[in-house]
Amino acid sequence: MKHLRAINKKARAIDEAVAQIEAAASPAAGADADMEEDVIALQQQPRPHVPMGCTLSFSPGWEVDAGGGTAGLCQPVERDIYDCYVTCFWPVQVPDHVNYSPDWASNCATATKDWRNLDLVFP
Amino acid sequence: MTVMQAPAYRRAEYHGFTAGGADFVYLVSAGAIFEIDTDVQAVLSRLDGQDVAHAALVRQLTGDGRDAADAEALVRELRVARLIQLGAAAPVMPQAPPADFPLQALVLNVTNQCNLACTYCYEFGADKIATPAGKPKYMTLETAKASVDLLIAEATGRKAVHITFFGGETLMNFKLLRDVVSYANGATAAAGKGITYSLTTNATLLTEEIVTFLSDNRIGVTVSMDGPPEVQDKHRVYKNGKGSYAVIEPRLRTLIAGHKTRAVTARVTLTEGVTDVVRIFRHLKDDLGFHEVGFAPVTSGETRAYSIDANGMDDVLAQFGALAEEWLEFALRGEVHGFTNVSETISELISGVNKSHPCGAGLGLMGVSPSGDLSPCHRFTDADTHVMGHVSSGIDRAKQGDFLARGHVEAKYDCQSCWARPLCAGGCHHEAFVRYGDTGHANLHYCDWIRQWTDTCLRIYGELAVKNPGFLERFAERKGLS
Repeated sequence: MKHLRAINKKARAIDEAVAQIEAAASPAAGADADMEEDVIALQQQPRPHVPMGCTLSFSPGWEVDAGGGTAGLCQPVERDIYDCYVTCFWPVQVPDHVNYSPDWASNCATATKDWRNLDLVFP
Repeated sequence: MTVMQAPAYRRAEYHGFTAGGADFVYLVSAGAIFEIDTDVQAVLSRLDGQDVAHAALVRQLTGDGRDAADAEALVRELRVARLIQLGAAAPVMPQAPPADFPLQALVLNVTNQCNLACTYCYEFGADKIATPAGKPKYMTLETAKASVDLLIAEATGRKAVHITFFGGETLMNFKLLRDVVSYANGATAAAGKGITYSLTTNATLLTEEIVTFLSDNRIGVTVSMDGPPEVQDKHRVYKNGKGSYAVIEPRLRTLIAGHKTRAVTARVTLTEGVTDVVRIFRHLKDDLGFHEVGFAPVTSGETRAYSIDANGMDDVLAQFGALAEEWLEFALRGEVHGFTNVSETISELISGVNKSHPCGAGLGLMGVSPSGDLSPCHRFTDADTHVMGHVSSGIDRAKQGDFLARGHVEAKYDCQSCWARPLCAGGCHHEAFVRYGDTGHANLHYCDWIRQWTDTCLRIYGELAVKNPGFLERFAERKGLS
């Protein structure tokens, strides 16, 4: 290290660890990403820690947390209402904006304030 | 809509200090010490009380005239060394040692009897937790042999083990001590392990014969004593109230002159009115010739007549500071000073300890009472509340597990935000039990002093690292051999 001078055993151990990380990340080693050591494959052992309520997979319809559940996800469907409705992106059953219910949200200018105006749809 | 916010850098947990004209950081998550340059200071001062995102930080650093690549590298170095971090992080805690952590040392309380009646004694005084009624007063050879066997059996993978003889007054059962050393030498040799010994005594029963035995068997000796006559005789008295100084003085001279193989150490208990640390040190080191002298304030409830109050402790610490200054002067000249309180802390700073528990009690070390009951250490001997198995039946893993879970620094809320926790880890289990009724309670009554003392020792370390690093290397080697 250039700016930190290790002066006890523990600090020297950190110095060595940093040197290894730097060597692994250097262009000579074939890696060009600056954040090399931060890249972790999800399936590698030991598996990385993913807090309950978080999901790392963004495939529509497959958003589950590390325990396989959807109940505690930090981005519930309610939050993304217009992503779902307008673009049909994700992931649950909201009225079809394109074909059958173009006016479903017309009374709801601002979702955070007017969400009570959203109603069920009876096809 | 999901809004991604760029995470910002903030300082990791560290304690900064200056020594010998250089700047240092003590990194709390690891116990590492680094000397830092002005570039590091620039980053840390920009992160003082505020978070700064990567791009902004690099912009600020290049704004100061640094090359963009250099600024990137600087930030990266500090991040990888974890002196700065992205976003908030929970305090990093050391992992608990494995459940089958091998035993390294036993403290054999060869007797719970004592020929002195020191008024502040934790074993017999007002704050005692021992319940010796109806239990054996002297350890039998059978119990001692079972202890040695247990130690060898539980020291899986260790090259050497250690036995400390303790009391009561240890030498009131000298006969046993002789037999145990002979047995343990044979048993450890048969098991292919080394063994070392130490002993604590009040020195009243030392004879030339005993001193020769101690020296021949390389038994390290610690003498519990408080200082010059009027100080020693204030609390360290016989049951009839007579002081013990006149009795021990000639015996100490015999010990120090005759013990050639190990350092002879004095261990001083500081009490109300006995806070003249410098004078006590001079007497024990210069007049009597002890190699090392260590001090500790008495363990007591808050309100005992002999407890040291906050003013008294400030006074003690000021004198510790004066002796620490001397220690540094000696070290800068390459000489050994003998103030144990500094030596101990420096050796922990050399390796960069990061403790999950304040000491080895109940982990690598256990106490054995005269009856053979195991306890976390000698201070819990004979206390029914803290029995942790028996030498004949082995360690009670459930009780050991409970004790260690309570004592882990992670379980001590007040320690989570303290930078001195890698060394302190909440302090003595026994002291916590006497003060707060719980071995897992942080010793809050001395936090400020611990931080102040740790800072003092860090400054000594830093100054030596700049001006006489060779001394630290030699010191580490010596400690490794002892």
